[in-house]
Amino acid sequence: MDPVSTAAASVEVSGLAFAYPDGHQALFGVDFRIERGERVALLGPNGAGKTTLVLHLNGILTGGAGTVTVAGLPVGKRHMPEIRRRVGIVFQDPDDQLFMPTVREDVAFGPAAAGVKGAELEARVDRALAQVGMGEFKDRPPHHLSFGQRRRVAVATVLAMEPEILVLDEPSSNLDPASRRELADILRSLDVTVLMVTHDLPYALELCPRSLILSEGVIAADGRTAELLSEDALMRAHRLELPFGFDPRSVTADTSRP
Amino acid sequence: MGAGHAHRLYRHGHSPVHALPPHTKLAATFAFVVVVVSTPREAMWAFGLYAVLLGVVAYHARVPAGFVLKRLLIEVPFVAFAVLMPFVAEGARVDVLGLSLSVNGLWGAWNVLAKGTLGVAASVLLASTTELRELLLGLQRLKLPPLLVQIASFMIRYGDVITDEMRRMRIARESRGFEARGVKHWGVLAKSAGALFIRSYERGERVHLAMVSRGYAGSMPVIDEVTASRAQWSYALALPVAALVVCLLGWTL
Amino acid sequence: MHVPDGFIDAPTSAATGVVAAAAVAVSLRGARRELDERTAPLAGLVAAFLFAVQMLNFPVAAGTSGHLLGGALAAILVGPCTGVLCVSVVLLMQGILFADGGLTALGVNITDMAIVTTVVGYAVFRVLVKVLPRGRRSITVASFVAALVSVPAASFAFTFIYAVGGTTDVSIGKVATAMIGVHVLIGIGEAAITALTVGAVIAVRPDLVHGARGLAQKLKLRVNGVLVDVPAPDEARTAPVAARTSRRALWTTGLATSLVLAGFVSFYASADPDGLEKVARDKGIDSKTEQHASADSPLADYGVKDVENARLSGGLAGVIGVGVTVVAGSAVFWAVRRRRTPDVSPTSTSAV
Repeated sequence: MDPVSTAAASVEVSGLAFAYPDGHQALFGVDFRIERGERVALLGPNGAGKTTLVLHLNGILTGGAGTVTVAGLPVGKRHMPEIRRRVGIVFQDPDDQLFMPTVREDVAFGPAAAGVKGAELEARVDRALAQVGMGEFKDRPPHHLSFGQRRRVAVATVLAMEPEILVLDEPSSNLDPASRRELADILRSLDVTVLMVTHDLPYALELCPRSLILSEGVIAADGRTAELLSEDALMRAHRLELPFGFDPRSVTADTSRP
Repeated sequence: MGAGHAHRLYRHGHSPVHALPPHTKLAATFAFVVVVVSTPREAMWAFGLYAVLLGVVAYHARVPAGFVLKRLLIEVPFVAFAVLMPFVAEGARVDVLGLSLSVNGLWGAWNVLAKGTLGVAASVLLASTTELRELLLGLQRLKLPPLLVQIASFMIRYGDVITDEMRRMRIARESRGFEARGVKHWGVLAKSAGALFIRSYERGERVHLAMVSRGYAGSMPVIDEVTASRAQWSYALALPVAALVVCLLGWTL
Repeated sequence: MHVPDGFIDAPTSAATGVVAAAAVAVSLRGARRELDERTAPLAGLVAAFLFAVQMLNFPVAAGTSGHLLGGALAAILVGPCTGVLCVSVVLLMQGILFADGGLTALGVNITDMAIVTTVVGYAVFRVLVKVLPRGRRSITVASFVAALVSVPAASFAFTFIYAVGGTTDVSIGKVATAMIGVHVLIGIGEAAITALTVGAVIAVRPDLVHGARGLAQKLKLRVNGVLVDVPAPDEARTAPVAARTSRRALWTTGLATSLVLAGFVSFYASADPDGLEKVARDKGIDSKTEQHASADSPLADYGVKDVENARLSGGLAGVIGVGVTVVAGSAVFWAVRRRRTPDVSPTSTSAV
């Protein structure tokens, strides 16, 4: 882990509760804190409220109780553009995020919305595409790419805004093993705080030293991933199951940053 | 919800007209139509010249005459009205082929037909040479308020979603043997309108969330500045200027 | 009733263009209050919906065609100001993309289809919602009536514009009967669709219906085992809304009264010369009177040219006069007000 910085935590959530307009309550008081530079996995069964929680981090969902502070700024109308620049969310379905005619314009969308123009904009686009290894697809329409490639471009669209925190919703879903590995390499090479919502427990173990378990709208556990995955009773209680034949104790996860 | 797709009137091509920046084309079309409407209806030859001018534009844009003429069918309802006018209008009457027609009505019919048709033809040429996204950017460039452009761009995105959902619902209905026409058809459409609305909204909501997460705040960010050179403006404005000359002649001769 | 180029003469087209531009400008400011970032795509969806709905055309007498308008539906779903913008955008795009409706006739089309339907529809809706008991059923019923009234109102506006600036000489009586008559029927269809759509949306997602704002229940949340109140996000807005609705009620009552007076009561006005004229005639002063410069206008002498029945003629002229005065007066008032009061829109309120 990085030496503890005296700067504000990357994400600080306190007492967060939320209900949808139809009355269904999804979060019942969530508290946690993520320091700058950490990589944290958010685990939990379907319907636990993981996506709902994540949507609070950049102010898409508001109107509940509790506070969310991101990079030192409280999430609210006042700082919204800055918060949206600092928190980059990569959604589960890349097709929801690639809505421009070419890859280049999709990646340029975020910085352009923040006011970046001209040569600087092109530079950002090139840098972001280089980070995900998709530089040569710059002028292609997104729907001509494979799923894994679209996933990577979606990550690039967020990286182009140079965020402080990268939130990923099920990043490894529907990827073949080679694409999964490529994405893992990309995430390891980035110098940002990472919060990864995932069902893919081996992936979480591989990339994230720390995990949070969200169950029934509250944080049920918070600790080192390897330890959490080894506690059978805990896993069973929250409907978490390891894949067939996988033993977390046999994995020597690399917990230090390269 | 796709992006950059062609709308129904768009005809892909590489002509000099296609290459003009959209805001010049919008301005030129509008100016042309204003000139046409301001021409006195008695100068029938002027309208013939306008049609020739549009023909020249169509030629440069490599849009075939049949394409334009087919799209003119949209004004059929008004043609019917125009045809009826000589029969229902007041004023002095004249005998034509045994029918008593109002003189004023005949002039009125000519007026509506000529100006309306030229207006439609000009719009068709504009739409067939300009992509949807470009049209919106052109409007934004011409200082149309950004909120209106935003609503228009979402409208276009949702247009696809709605037609797609309608298609699915129609297939579902027809697979259950439903095949009504007229009023019954309406009843079914009305009942499914609410469901259609919600389904379309929720489909589009996710894309909007992605846009908002990347900082979208009300107007499409400008990724490539579209400016028009003097030459381009002159090329575009050639049409309305020529029309203006004809119009002035029409008033004076 | 998309009007093509050349159907309405140039001065009237220009005048309605100014009216339309002014109304859109006012709606833009109002819309900023109604819209937050979530409802902007909703406005686009409503516009797309209207676009689709307006494609349903049916032939009307005298060769014109009628179709659904959707202004009332738009106003109820996204608010009146945004509703005006939605319909205006639909008309603009139809004119540009589909050549449906002349570009120079945009002023006419926007005035009679975007503004009149939305304003009338919303006014009727709000009055009914206040009068009826609170609940979803009332909203649906109110939507039905609002749409029912808004469509003939639009055809009435169209007839008025035609009376002022139509380039052809068909008698207004005939145009009015054809247009207004058939649009009463169309209004029934539109009312049904509006009510069904609003009803269905309210049942599943009431947060998408602007007209049902007041129905949202206050939520209580359970945080760590303790029940907590949710701070109401709209508290900051309820005061101005109350002021706006009472002002609007005043406006509509005033307008309704003027119309009734000008339109109906004037039926029974005396046709004899008024005091000044009588005196002038008795004293022989009137031998020098000249014909008024606009004696030939369609509204000269408080009568509408071509409408035979004197009473109907006078009534119609009265209503037209009230309409024009209200519009002109409001425009002046708005222009003056803008300069006097600084903009107090809540652009910088801090977050909850």
